[in-house]
Amino acid sequence: MSTKIKINSQIFQDSNNVYYPKDEAEVSDLIRELYKQDSPTEIIGNNSKNFIGNKTQSANTTSLSKISGIIDYRPEELYIKVKACTPINEIEKVLSENNQELAFEPMDFGYIKDGKSNKGTIAGYLSCNYAGSRRFKVGSVRDHILGFKGVNGKGDIIKSGGTVVKNVTGYDLSKLIAGSFGTLVALTEITLKVLPKKDSSKTVIIYPNNFEKIYDMFNKLSSSSSEISGAVFIPEHSNDNDFSDKRNTVFKFNDLKSNVSFVAFRVEGDKISIEEKISNLKKELELNNSDISILDVYQSEPFWEKINNLEVFEKTKHNLIRMVIPPANGSKLCKYLENSHNYFIDWCGSLFWIEVNSKKEEKIKDLKKMANDFGGYLTVIKTSSEYDYGEPIFTVDKIRLMISEKVKQSFDPKRILNPGKMYRGV
Amino acid sequence: MTELALPKIDSSILNRKTEIVKNLSKLTNRENVLNEADELRPYETDALSVYTQTPLAVVLPENTEEVSEILKYCYSENIKVVPRGAGTGLSGGALPLQDAILLGLGKFNKILEIDYKNKCVVTQPGVTNLGITHAVQHKGFYYAPDPSSQLACSIGGNVAENSGGVHSLKYGTTTNNILGVQMVMMDGTICRFGGKSFDQEGYDLMGLICGSEGLLGVVTEVTVKILKTPEVVRAALIGFPSIKEGGDAASEIISSGIVPAGMEIMDKALIEATDNFSKAGYPRDAELLLIVELDGTASEVNELIKKVEAICKKNNCSSLKLSNSEKERLSFWAGRKAAFPACGAMAPDYYCMDGSIPRGKLAEALLEIKKLSEKYELPVANCFHAGDGNLHPLIMFDGNDKEQLRKTEEFGSEILKTCVRLGGVITGEHGVGIEKRELMCEMFNDNDIQQQLSIKKSLDEKNLLNPGKVYPILRKCAEEGRVHVHKNKDKFPDLPRF
Repeated sequence: MSTKIKINSQIFQDSNNVYYPKDEAEVSDLIRELYKQDSPTEIIGNNSKNFIGNKTQSANTTSLSKISGIIDYRPEELYIKVKACTPINEIEKVLSENNQELAFEPMDFGYIKDGKSNKGTIAGYLSCNYAGSRRFKVGSVRDHILGFKGVNGKGDIIKSGGTVVKNVTGYDLSKLIAGSFGTLVALTEITLKVLPKKDSSKTVIIYPNNFEKIYDMFNKLSSSSSEISGAVFIPEHSNDNDFSDKRNTVFKFNDLKSNVSFVAFRVEGDKISIEEKISNLKKELELNNSDISILDVYQSEPFWEKINNLEVFEKTKHNLIRMVIPPANGSKLCKYLENSHNYFIDWCGSLFWIEVNSKKEEKIKDLKKMANDFGGYLTVIKTSSEYDYGEPIFTVDKIRLMISEKVKQSFDPKRILNPGKMYRGV
Repeated sequence: MTELALPKIDSSILNRKTEIVKNLSKLTNRENVLNEADELRPYETDALSVYTQTPLAVVLPENTEEVSEILKYCYSENIKVVPRGAGTGLSGGALPLQDAILLGLGKFNKILEIDYKNKCVVTQPGVTNLGITHAVQHKGFYYAPDPSSQLACSIGGNVAENSGGVHSLKYGTTTNNILGVQMVMMDGTICRFGGKSFDQEGYDLMGLICGSEGLLGVVTEVTVKILKTPEVVRAALIGFPSIKEGGDAASEIISSGIVPAGMEIMDKALIEATDNFSKAGYPRDAELLLIVELDGTASEVNELIKKVEAICKKNNCSSLKLSNSEKERLSFWAGRKAAFPACGAMAPDYYCMDGSIPRGKLAEALLEIKKLSEKYELPVANCFHAGDGNLHPLIMFDGNDKEQLRKTEEFGSEILKTCVRLGGVITGEHGVGIEKRELMCEMFNDNDIQQQLSIKKSLDEKNLLNPGKVYPILRKCAEEGRVHVHKNKDKFPDLPRF
């Protein structure tokens, strides 16, 4: 049976009119046919993050969820090649058996979506390019992609990169695919760089009393040769009782005073070097033992999971903003947010997660202007039910939009793949 | 080396040279436009010096606005442009074209801002790679990628080639160490991707530009990340009685969970060559030499050194020396860093190849290269960035002997095909340029290449920026049977083939 007949007879589809191609060839056949019919499609994996981005305007939905499984894992070569919609949990499990990991620390957006863990698939994660707390030290998702295969908007199977870290053969399309929200190719295969897991970790908690101090600490932490692999600031919120309660519950640890503002930083490595680094950092930050508390590995690991699960914003009904700025401007932003927004800071001062309760999108506009003025950007990760998309959820300037349109055109001239997911016209 | 296919020369441009030079002189200082034969000579080639071409003219703009005006003019007049950084590239990416102007970024030689709070340096592209580290090292910071030409190569060129260095496994290549670029497109549009914050949102255009070999735009400003210098750096110099045992030890170091700052392998030919040349004190009886560098805090490094020592002993190393001072550590590297001049001293010419292979395939690759060396009757020495799988065979030959030239080129090409066969790629860090253009078909099929050409077309529709580089000329690819061309009809007739 030809693909066209198959599509028309809905053999690929379930009762919700979703196509489920089983392999790369079927993805190619399907998209080639949709290209001929000028009929756009939404591309989904296992729906863990499909709430991020604009609603695509397409008659079809293509789920790549059946393109799943590990193809080739070489621990000694530090790479793993997987089919695109392999669940992140499955990848992390097999890596863990070899004492390796995805160093960019995949986040879990399931908690903010509906309160349940769902890390989703590697293709979905790559398409968003949102790295976890270790980002400022090890790079983002895009820095860990060695290569990919996928189908462009014409139905052609294309590839780029390989399995080696040093590769300058042709344009580095892996970077372009990262954070493209499925608008350039339907991914079918991804090769990731993997790294050894650290033996252990500890988290040091400090209770500073003003913003200048916090940023002074962040600056000293990121300038130290005693490397840290995570640094967050969790502010105290006195005017939103529900959020304060949530925060106190999420960060309830034996060795943490969760009802006041705190900075937490993580040190990883073998046990001796952890102690050495903590001792060095205490000197550099001029901290006394009485100023701090320390989470041992049994508390440290769940602490960072909670951070990367965004658990303080679990099932949020409000708009949730992800803002990235150069850290030197962080204390100004803190002052603006103080007592008016629920937020926390990750990436040693660069990444702000901000909940905007206001129904008015004006607030988001103000924050976006601030992000631009500070030399950064923001994304509305989750929108409240009232959000009318009058204020675009991504940040883009005119020239970059113009270039993005050209790039989109080169992969997907008829805008078949996830049209409008990021920007109108792309 | 052998006759090189280049884009068809537009004779109307050659005929208009006087007028073009006059117009360019209006867009920048008159003395920044070079057009006399003796002025053009230094720009005839880059570090792949076997190929030379005289450009129509050389323009050395002084600021971004001038670059924009020059490109806008060239775009409207259909004049080709070849951008050039420091001219240290090894793949001929900056080779001029007779009907193109050569746009030199040498006057963009200033560091614009050092921002310790945001851990970055904003610099013009003509500043050297090492110049950035020199500007921040008094505060204990450095710029991580360290290509061997770091003393001379420019950061703009590093962006164009996505340059690496010996520390790439742990610290990444250029693309992992820059935060933003300002770039001018062929039509003169000035754009900015990224800045001082992490991970620009939307399409990662900075990631696309990095490694695009000057085909998509001219970079006029770069913001690079700077890192704190590690507290302790130590190196181990280890000799092995066989390639297999040394290669196995290198693989085992990685699979044991150690990420060395640098890990280098040299074969016997290179051990002897470099030891003769630089008196580095290398173990001359060894078949293979491994240098492992570890960094971190004092206790971290001590712990790692112990593990490396144990792994090497288990794999029957014949000698093992640990650096006990910075001076000693640098002496371990002295020979390795002299690898190229050492080969230069052994033969009139040498040709440096640049493939990447999976680490575990090293023994197989070296064996294959040895066989090829016998087949072509040309000596070869090998160095290998064992951390990241980047292999640099150095073929020694006499450039005055035309037959040797031809054989060298064939030998090199066979080495790179071997790399692809073993699961690697044809270039790890030198770029494709003109040198490996035709080998692109070894790695990519027609769809892959067409997709890349579509991107090129979307950002440089007239194909004026650095044409003839990176992508195979159709005729050659078709001859090799890698691109299916039916009755001389291309699958994508709307696309130009460069």
